Amino acid sequence: MQPAYSVIFFPSASGMGYGLLILLGVLAPAEMIPDNRAFGLVSLGFALGAVTFGLVSSMWHLGHPERVLLAYTQWRSSWLSREGVLATVTYAPAGLFAIGWIGFGEVVGFWGVCGLAAAVLAGFTVYSTGMIYASLRPIPAWCNRWVVPVYLSLALFTGALWLNAIRLLFGHPAADASLVVVATLLLSVSLKWAYWRYLDGARAGSTPETATGLGSIGKVRLLDPPRTQTTYVTQEMGYRVARRHAAKLRRYASVLLFALPFVLTLATVATHSWIAAGAAVAAALSGSVGVVIERWLFFAEAKHVVTLYHGA
Amino acid sequence: MTSLPRDPGPKKLGLVIDLDTCVGCHACAVSCKEWNTGGVAAPLTDLDPYGADPVGVWFNRVHAYEAGDGMGGRTVHFPRSCLHCDEPACVSVCPTGASYKREEDGIVLVDEDLCIGCKLCSWACPYGAREYDRDAGVMKKCTLCIDRIYNENLPEPERVPACVTACPTSARHFGDLGDPDSPISRLVAERGGRDLMPELGYRPVNKYLPPRPTRGGTDPAEGGADPLRPEPESDGGRFLRWLDATLSR
Repeated sequence: MQPAYSVIFFPSASGMGYGLLILLGVLAPAEMIPDNRAFGLVSLGFALGAVTFGLVSSMWHLGHPERVLLAYTQWRSSWLSREGVLATVTYAPAGLFAIGWIGFGEVVGFWGVCGLAAAVLAGFTVYSTGMIYASLRPIPAWCNRWVVPVYLSLALFTGALWLNAIRLLFGHPAADASLVVVATLLLSVSLKWAYWRYLDGARAGSTPETATGLGSIGKVRLLDPPRTQTTYVTQEMGYRVARRHAAKLRRYASVLLFALPFVLTLATVATHSWIAAGAAVAAALSGSVGVVIERWLFFAEAKHVVTLYHGA
Repeated sequence: MTSLPRDPGPKKLGLVIDLDTCVGCHACAVSCKEWNTGGVAAPLTDLDPYGADPVGVWFNRVHAYEAGDGMGGRTVHFPRSCLHCDEPACVSVCPTGASYKREEDGIVLVDEDLCIGCKLCSWACPYGAREYDRDAGVMKKCTLCIDRIYNENLPEPERVPACVTACPTSARHFGDLGDPDSPISRLVAERGGRDLMPELGYRPVNKYLPPRPTRGGTDPAEGGADPLRPEPESDGGRFLRWLDATLSR
């Protein structure tokens, strides 16, 4: 699949934003993170900023962005529409939570319930993002049970990286926050590894024989394509660059997304003050670049069954 | 509304394509392009049409495949267009309601005024039936020539899709596949019509008739005569050849 920039940045940025929002919405009312108003401003501002950047960037690739309100209408059938509705609804409790925290310095009671509601809705938003991909039967690399858990765990993990970075920048001792990073990192590594293992072992359900219905004659191969140049379909679905370099790109993604942040996060526990803060910010930046590569690979590795008609 | 019709009618209009008689002339594809670039989905934009790298919207494209090996192998010409599926995921993924399946005849259409050009429907289609018009910013697809088949300004025999009228070998058939007694349903039953990628569960309405089996015993491996190799001459061959040539005059 052609990895359009907008569909790479949207789930990466909004994923880490929603992940951070979930952690803040749960940990702040539980009084497990400081209720300092400046900290609330920076962390919630970062979360909602990342979410908003992601949502806006997802509109870059639309042919008619001015009609985007229509996308709220078909939530009964379409995961894309459900994602749009949930993403928008999430702003309401998230906004109230921000008012309570930043405006009144309150994160418990009513404002805490708003935080929890924002966390739950953010979780469902990420879930529906994953389901957009997981419900596409023509793309076996997406239509499997690993895709949604990977989306959810990576959102939490990249959110946790930024939570840790912001906490350390505010000079809060952060052994427990580092624990959240390490826990979500281990969860994400295992799920992503399981996903890659599944992908490498998956057997093709559809073949050129089932695509043409000519299997009873024998093996089917393309003799003549229907056109001399490319088409929209071959450009959009027939992307091959990454599949050639998949092993190498998986290594880069693993190092930037998992290995480096792991080492740097351990370093934040071992060291103090500004070194720890620097390491946590470096871990968050590395994880952010890593998740963009991971998302790019998620697209580039995915093979659409329509390519069977085009000689793939 | 992109939910599928809850109470679909019995009528399922569609095409049946005979892979035995299709000669791969592309007349259906060209005729489709010609009609539809002036029809409801008009224009079917071409970018760089006279340049080195033209790319444009077509609703029907003709592939050629080789199936099987040796004497049992076949070259099969294979027109591919929207199959107007009973379970069209392209419709249910649409966030805006632009894509819909008609209750009354099962035709899958795009309302271009509602399309935001998100392209998700084209990802959801296993058959590559939907093509994005970069110029108009909306998705386009086969309409089963809805502006011909119900068009009372056309003489009755012409109220069929453009591809069907254009086919010089009558390899394309149009009709109601929801009615088991319609001529095309009987044709499908007779010839063992097939679904494309049935394993994905889209339940396409259009069917493909497989090529008829080749005449038996022609495979040299199975002891048949090889038409590519002349039969060895026997004694007196020259006389017999003269006789043959004289009698054939």
